[in-house]
Amino acid sequence: MTDTPVQEMSFEQAMKELETVVDRLERGEVALEESITLYERGAQLKKRCEDELKRAEEKVAAITLDTDGNPTGTTPVEGA
Amino acid sequence: MSDLIDDPTPGQNMPEYTVSEISGEIKRTLEGSFGRVRVRGEVGRVFRARSGHLYFDVKDDRSVLACTTWKGQVASLSVVPEEGLEVVVTGRLTAFGGQSKYNLNVDEVAVAGQGALMALLEKRKKQLAAEGLFDPARKKPLPYLPRIIGVVTSPSGAVIRDILHRLHDRFPRKVLIWPVAVQGQSCAAEVARAIEGFNRLQPGGALPRPDLIIVARGGGSVEDLWGFNEEIVARAAAASDIPLISAVGHETDTTLIDFVSDRRAPTPTAAAELAVPVRLELMAWADGMGARLSRAATTGLAQRRQRIGDLSRALPRGEALLDGPRQRLDWIAERLPRALSGGVQRRRMTLSEVAGGLRPSALRGLLARRRDRLNAARLTLAPISREIARRRERITTLSGRLETAHRQRLDRMRRQLDATDRLLSSLGYEATLERGYAVVRAGEHVITRRDAAGREPHLEIQFADGRLAVTPTGAITPPVPPAPAPAAPRKRTKPSSPPDQGSLF
Repeated sequence: MTDTPVQEMSFEQAMKELETVVDRLERGEVALEESITLYERGAQLKKRCEDELKRAEEKVAAITLDTDGNPTGTTPVEGA
Repeated sequence: MSDLIDDPTPGQNMPEYTVSEISGEIKRTLEGSFGRVRVRGEVGRVFRARSGHLYFDVKDDRSVLACTTWKGQVASLSVVPEEGLEVVVTGRLTAFGGQSKYNLNVDEVAVAGQGALMALLEKRKKQLAAEGLFDPARKKPLPYLPRIIGVVTSPSGAVIRDILHRLHDRFPRKVLIWPVAVQGQSCAAEVARAIEGFNRLQPGGALPRPDLIIVARGGGSVEDLWGFNEEIVARAAAASDIPLISAVGHETDTTLIDFVSDRRAPTPTAAAELAVPVRLELMAWADGMGARLSRAATTGLAQRRQRIGDLSRALPRGEALLDGPRQRLDWIAERLPRALSGGVQRRRMTLSEVAGGLRPSALRGLLARRRDRLNAARLTLAPISREIARRRERITTLSGRLETAHRQRLDRMRRQLDATDRLLSSLGYEATLERGYAVVRAGEHVITRRDAAGREPHLEIQFADGRLAVTPTGAITPPVPPAPAPAAPRKRTKPSSPPDQGSLF
């Protein structure tokens, strides 16, 4: 169990830790006190993963370039 | 007046040019009669001047054609000439009057034939491999779930649509397209620029920095894909800090960028699949994890509850705990009075047994036995006198040993004293006096210098058999000392020992 706050974790980190938490709880080797802490952390991690999955947003933009080929901004792209 | 006189000079009718005029004429003729030409040959020496102009030779087995590409034209060459490359160059033939030379101003270079192209590609591959750019250790891992994906490709066409479709199906993400030409002369430069441009974006800047780059292009001929074989593209991809997936052409096409990219996707669609995981699967996974989590938690609690139940069933009733001891107490309490009376009874019996034997005759018998033993053990002086004799004998032995030890010790000390005395007399200065040396004294002081002797009013000379007082009779000149000469060395040798001895005494 790392000390990183759940909200600052990347999706992948949260995912890996959630797996570890569930594994430990299922093995049932942890003390009651700790298992409650673990459960709470697991719930947070799961929420973090789900939030990230829900946040899936689709935004496609193309970079506009000036005559020298330097980016100047974006224009939205339709389709996909 | 001279022009009136016929003075024929050979060639006078031919027009006369200045050098610059004729050079200009030649230049015009060359440019006019050839115009744009295509020339095939092998690239010879290549020289890029500091000014940016490119000078190179194109040759065959007999002739050499000097070629020039001006700085402004170099960028638009689709292939930069390299020595040994078989090319077709296109340009205008022109002359350079300053050196009486003609050359071809090349604005287009094409590689002649596919074999030559592949040979060039092999050469570049070897070079980049030698630099370690293909090293597997350089490859960066792709992010598991990139937030922003930068796509370097043509903004129109099937490739970007395929990628966007597949991303949409798997996991919709933010996509930033950097439009480039995917074939033709400017392709390589634009692709390289796009990769570098994405890397230059700052996180949180006006344009978001992607955390994954896909460089994609659909299938095509070797010439179409050639831009992705250019060194600048490969180097830009290798230098990219952002993980990069290359997806150029079909599965069978391998371009130089594929060797340096962090992952190579066989097709643009496959690149999208490498880029993101499937969202629905992840959601199912998250649900599954949630279910496992609560099941594990409830199972853990249920197991504990069960165990508490089991244990509490095994726990005996409180009253039952006291039953045994209480029964024991009853039993013992009942035995207590009986034990007391029984004990008194047993002791009374013992007393009567013992008292039975206690009679005056028994006492008398005991007295008689003691008296017999007293008579047997008579007190005598013999052991004491034996002890005294033994002790006396021991004293005699010890005193004999003491005497012997004392004598031996005295002898040893005397011998040591004699030896020291002998040593003393052999070292003492008195012995030396026997050999003719003498000690000169003034009062208590030993005189070792003639000067000191001269200053003294009275001197005393010590010989082996006694002392003689003398008075020095004035100064004696040092050069003629007939008698004192032998005396002086004597004195000199002598005094060196008396002070030493003096200090010893």
